[in-house]
Amino acid sequence: MTVDSWLQAALVDAGRRGLPNLKPLLEALARSTTLLREADFNQGADLNHDASGVTGGGRS
Amino acid sequence: MDNLEALTIEEFSRQLRAREVTAEQITDACLQRIDSDNPRLNAFILVMADAARQQAREADRELAAGSDRGPLHGVPISIKDLIDVAGTPTTAASRVREGHVAEHDAPVIAALRHAGAVVIGKTNLHEFAFGTTNEESAFGAARNPQDPSRSPGGSSGGSAASVAAAMALATIGTDTGGSIRIPAAACGVVGLKPRYGEISTNGIVPLSRTLDHVGPLARTVTDAGLVYRALVGESKSKPPVPGPIGGLKLVVPRQYFCDMLDDEVRSRFEEALDRLRTAGARLDDVEIRHANLTAPIYLHIVLADAAAYHATALERVPERYTPGVRTRLEMGRYLLAEDYVRALEGREVLRREVDSVLAGHDALLLPTLPIPAPPIGATSVQVGTTIEPVRNVMLRLTQLFNLTGHPAIALPAGRTASGLPCSVQLVGAETDRLLPVARACEPQITGVLSPRSGRRGG
Repeated sequence: MTVDSWLQAALVDAGRRGLPNLKPLLEALARSTTLLREADFNQGADLNHDASGVTGGGRS
Repeated sequence: MDNLEALTIEEFSRQLRAREVTAEQITDACLQRIDSDNPRLNAFILVMADAARQQAREADRELAAGSDRGPLHGVPISIKDLIDVAGTPTTAASRVREGHVAEHDAPVIAALRHAGAVVIGKTNLHEFAFGTTNEESAFGAARNPQDPSRSPGGSSGGSAASVAAAMALATIGTDTGGSIRIPAAACGVVGLKPRYGEISTNGIVPLSRTLDHVGPLARTVTDAGLVYRALVGESKSKPPVPGPIGGLKLVVPRQYFCDMLDDEVRSRFEEALDRLRTAGARLDDVEIRHANLTAPIYLHIVLADAAAYHATALERVPERYTPGVRTRLEMGRYLLAEDYVRALEGREVLRREVDSVLAGHDALLLPTLPIPAPPIGATSVQVGTTIEPVRNVMLRLTQLFNLTGHPAIALPAGRTASGLPCSVQLVGAETDRLLPVARACEPQITGVLSPRSGRRGG
């Protein structure tokens, strides 16, 4: 789910639940989420990362 | 009792054993301060006068009989009303918890009682510890003793106010994003967040179980260390012995942490650095590479954790929350699991980066609070050319160390021209190693080169 589609869905739900005050906070959270997703420590299946990962954690 | 504002636990303890004062007398003096000042400061939600006097008399009887419980024997201590004290409500400053009465003491309270402390009352806080100003409370805002038109900081605002206004010699607060260090900074006292997991948070209403810490606020590093030792079960230990300041290796993470500072806060910080250098400490600049991602990482973890704890109450009794706290809690219910996992990954990255910059050094050194205590009612603040929400600014320099779990201590570092406290934060690898460093740096940071010489700060 993209941040934009998440935000749209969240705003619709907040409106349905009678929580219009959430709008500016959800918009701020969306900006924060965008920063988090753009961080260089994130790994993705389509990226050529070392399989051991940033944290070097093992698998079980 | 004269000069109650300057009386430390260390000095009271000496006077008590010299029979110059009794536990009952100091308890009465604190209760009188509560009577006279709490109506304007609103620091206490519950004053336990009768129980406190009874505990104080018992402490005096024990000492007369030759039983000495250690440095906290007979010391009046206030408790953030998020912590269970048997037989009293734990309100968390919320109507959501109306009718609650704690059956048992939280382990931290049991440790204080074992150490002989006198529990004098329960202090005001930002509702459920979810805020930095102490304004959103079912019991009304607590106010800053240095200027009652201003916030005492939060969430442990009533706690910090109680120590700054001489209503207690120390207090117990909690810290999820800075809630011990922020009010300590705003009110001009010392606040210690020990290393994560050192002190049990059982019996304490959680905000985020992976970020919550419990610890003391007091007037000096020595006093904070004495309370800390009692909380970890070593009630008879000696105060931290300061090491030599010459040769101390400190690192200053200017990038991000000094990017957004009030001019006077910056000046007091730089003056403290100059005094430390002059005294022989070695100061190096350092970079924490992902520090700029602290707030997004913190937000995704604290919101998710808090939403999980509050979900049922948000469905059943949403009207009992203060509006702002309810709205922030609701925000957490929209987070995606994938973003929570990204935040957990980021947290590990930050933990390793802080470990790395501390390697070979005694402590990190940075301001605690980018601004002086904000006016009550302010929602945003201008810092330089930037206008930011008050909450974001107040959390900016403290929340990283909740994510990483490193121990951190806030020390008074002078005042603004209008008399508002400024503060400097030291962060270490282990609490036991941090306290002697803080003790050594305390005269240079406070600018009071003889710690016993009275009111601190410039």
